[in-house]
Amino acid sequence: VIELVHRAVAAAVAAGASDAEAYASEDARREVRAHGGEVESLTAATQRGIGVRAWIGGKVGYAFGTDLSEAGLAKIASRSAEAARVADEDEFAAPPELPVRLIPDMGGEGAPELRDPSVAGGATAEIAELALAVERAALSADSRVVGVEQAVYADSAERIAIASSTGIGGEFERSSCYAYAQALAEGGDGRETGLGFDLGRGPAHLDPVAIGREGAERATAMIGAIKPRSRSCPVILDPTVAASFVGLVGRGLSAVTVQRGRSPFAGKVGGEIAAAAFVLHDDGLDPQGPASSPFDGEGVPHRRTALIEEGALRTYLYDSYAARRGDATSTGNAGRGGYRVQPGVAPSNLLVERGELGFGELLRAAGDGVFVTDVAGLHSGVNPVSGVFSVGASGRAIRGGELAEPLREFTIAGDLVSMLRAVRAVGAEPRWVPFGGSVSTPPLLIGALTVAGS
Amino acid sequence: VAIGMRTRDMSPLIEPEVAERVLRRALARGGEFAEIYAERSTGMTMAIEESRIESVQSGAEEGAGVRVTSGATTYFAHVDGLDPADLERAAAEAAGALHGDSAEPRPLSAVASVPHPIERRPSDVAAERKAALLRELDERGRGAGAEIAQLIASYAEVRREVAVANSEGRFGEDDRTRVRIGVQAVARRGEAVETGAETLGGHRGFELFDGDPGAVADSAARKALTLLEAGPAPAGSMPVVVAGGFGGVLFHEMTGHGLEADHVQKGASVYVGKLGEQVAQPLLTAYDDGRLPNEWGSDAIDDEGTPTQKTAVIEEGRLTSFLYDGLTARRDGVASTGNGRRESFRHLPVPRMTNTYIAPGEAEPEAMIAEVANGFYAVSFGGGQVDPATGDFVFGVTEGYLIEGGRVTRPCRGATLIGNCLQALAAIDAVGSDFEVKTGICGKAGQRVPVGTGQGHVRIQAMTVGGTEV
Repeated sequence: VIELVHRAVAAAVAAGASDAEAYASEDARREVRAHGGEVESLTAATQRGIGVRAWIGGKVGYAFGTDLSEAGLAKIASRSAEAARVADEDEFAAPPELPVRLIPDMGGEGAPELRDPSVAGGATAEIAELALAVERAALSADSRVVGVEQAVYADSAERIAIASSTGIGGEFERSSCYAYAQALAEGGDGRETGLGFDLGRGPAHLDPVAIGREGAERATAMIGAIKPRSRSCPVILDPTVAASFVGLVGRGLSAVTVQRGRSPFAGKVGGEIAAAAFVLHDDGLDPQGPASSPFDGEGVPHRRTALIEEGALRTYLYDSYAARRGDATSTGNAGRGGYRVQPGVAPSNLLVERGELGFGELLRAAGDGVFVTDVAGLHSGVNPVSGVFSVGASGRAIRGGELAEPLREFTIAGDLVSMLRAVRAVGAEPRWVPFGGSVSTPPLLIGALTVAGS
Repeated sequence: VAIGMRTRDMSPLIEPEVAERVLRRALARGGEFAEIYAERSTGMTMAIEESRIESVQSGAEEGAGVRVTSGATTYFAHVDGLDPADLERAAAEAAGALHGDSAEPRPLSAVASVPHPIERRPSDVAAERKAALLRELDERGRGAGAEIAQLIASYAEVRREVAVANSEGRFGEDDRTRVRIGVQAVARRGEAVETGAETLGGHRGFELFDGDPGAVADSAARKALTLLEAGPAPAGSMPVVVAGGFGGVLFHEMTGHGLEADHVQKGASVYVGKLGEQVAQPLLTAYDDGRLPNEWGSDAIDDEGTPTQKTAVIEEGRLTSFLYDGLTARRDGVASTGNGRRESFRHLPVPRMTNTYIAPGEAEPEAMIAEVANGFYAVSFGGGQVDPATGDFVFGVTEGYLIEGGRVTRPCRGATLIGNCLQALAAIDAVGSDFEVKTGICGKAGQRVPVGTGQGHVRIQAMTVGGTEV
């Protein structure tokens, strides 16, 4: 793959680019969906593709494709240069310069182990059994579980390479897998659903029984749910929900959105933006992090960056464009959602530092309020520019410091900055969650949010 | 094999002889059904921000997916590339886990279908012309008021040529071109910052922009400026009047997803067992229509080669049909409704909506509002989400107004509306005579497909509005 990207860079320069960068990925994916004790579908596939970014002075263009023959590469390269000719000049646009320290390779010292050889190598019968075991565990966990809409196992092993005309060149391999079950429980006068999931580098890291049980527990816990009364009250966000909000905060900390007047965190570096209890890092090298890799989407080495400490905003996230424009250094946060998209500023792994309180203590600290276990409509209910949000939610009532009746069909509303300032306590048990990007967070106790119900 | 209706100006995606060979290979080790789906997609996107054309991008991909079903299991493999050798490799991989006797596919015959007509292929329009369109949107939006601080406009075009052949002898082809523009405006006044968005899209060529595309920017800017005057939205349960067009997201979430047969067959829909029953008041009739000419969610055939159709899902309040793909239709012993859709050759088809809408009713929008003593008027929308199994759905409103004493009064900032499908559907007590279909992108099972959503004004007797003013 590394040879391929070097050839593509050369082709783009030959097509008239003053500078060029190529990114290619090759992956093998498998997915098993189980339902009713049988395998519903089994997917196996490999795919390869390349994306080329071309600069003509300060004009940038991009092209991607899957035809990796010599002629195909030449076509993609020339389309990237053509695209650059259409763009307007941007004085800050340029490829990243060769980083001071060379890109570490996979086997390099200190590099996290990102590859589990059992992914893509093992027999499909084994992963089919894993999905079936997840379903069985959900069904046998509780007699009120009447079905599992879907039990899924999926994994992928990928190789990613990047090269540029400014001397960047690197490659790594990474594997990942996940499994989940959406359990259906019946009781009262309706059906409830509950999601159980886990993720890791390889199937051996997943516990199908725990995944199935979590789905069952979440579904049965909702039986007989009612609407809460509308009010402002303390709210505990469970890690799956907290992760979604942390992901929104991470995206708002992109220096590009700040520079372009689209972030609620503009002008706040050095200022107080959160309660002291809320400490946030971006870390693209965390050994457990799903998004970990030696370098970011434009070849700049990943690192650990303190974002919020002691209540203060320490820095924004930078890729090389934002760094040049903001007179800063790239934090290695050029995100890349595959070869079809150009790199852009994005968090790598976001980690909320664990606090002191176990879950029971968090409940006692909340006193009376709402424990939110699920949110819906984040894509439509959050204004990323103003930070104002209103989203659908479900969960449990908290009364007298203990969990009480299940709650559904309500919303929680507020704004991101006020919410960070209102974090009253952080739980002691973090969890990796794939929602909102790649986030590790414990549950969070927010002093007050508006709950709208009956 | 007779293949007609070919309107392409490129080489055929897949020769019928090759398709037959691939299908035979797919069934070589058993299975009751095999299918090959081939696709070539080419597209271009660009954007303007800070009045500068950027993010200019083009892409080209081609590949195929082969599936074989045996008993309850579907085996699926996909490959990049459309060379016969690639296709046979996919077939061999899909059949790899089977151990039965070979089956014989039926001879292919072409599905009669005509692609939606495209007057001006976007790929034939110079990139500079598309950039000029974005500059026009930028100028129009910024010209709407000095308080417009930022404007982002985007342009996207995609052409998808597809061919699908299956072991039941079906061979279908389609050639789909879609274009879409979107504008997001940011307005600022002191510390206050608000946004407004608008889109225009269709299963059409560049002729979509022959009218006044700048109106899209006007609309986005107007929304952002209006919201500068807005107060907080109310919190609590109240009557809600939902405006037409993208307000159709309401029906899409509240009913459409719950009618997709895969959810129904797994018991994961509140509409299970409701077929033939009165689920709404008689004033409500609704359709899923994949044939609406040149509409965003339309195609000539679905991604299994079934011609798209107009399906009445609710007639005068009675639930009349679910939405089927081939697999779920076989299970229920009915015909597919042409709703088998997929994001690309890398995905299995699942039942999906096309253009879903509540048919125009008889009420005048002004009268619908005048009858509300105190409530909420939802005018612009961000999207929605539903859990079909529980029926809980949300619906994001970006621009709303209070209704006080039958009159629309002060503007409110965004708020999510939340409800439960069956209750909310039954609580619709007026449908307006106005009507409009808008474009959306719907996500399900990790696949995104273009869908149309439409309606006139609709009134719901009571729904929870998720504002901050308790």
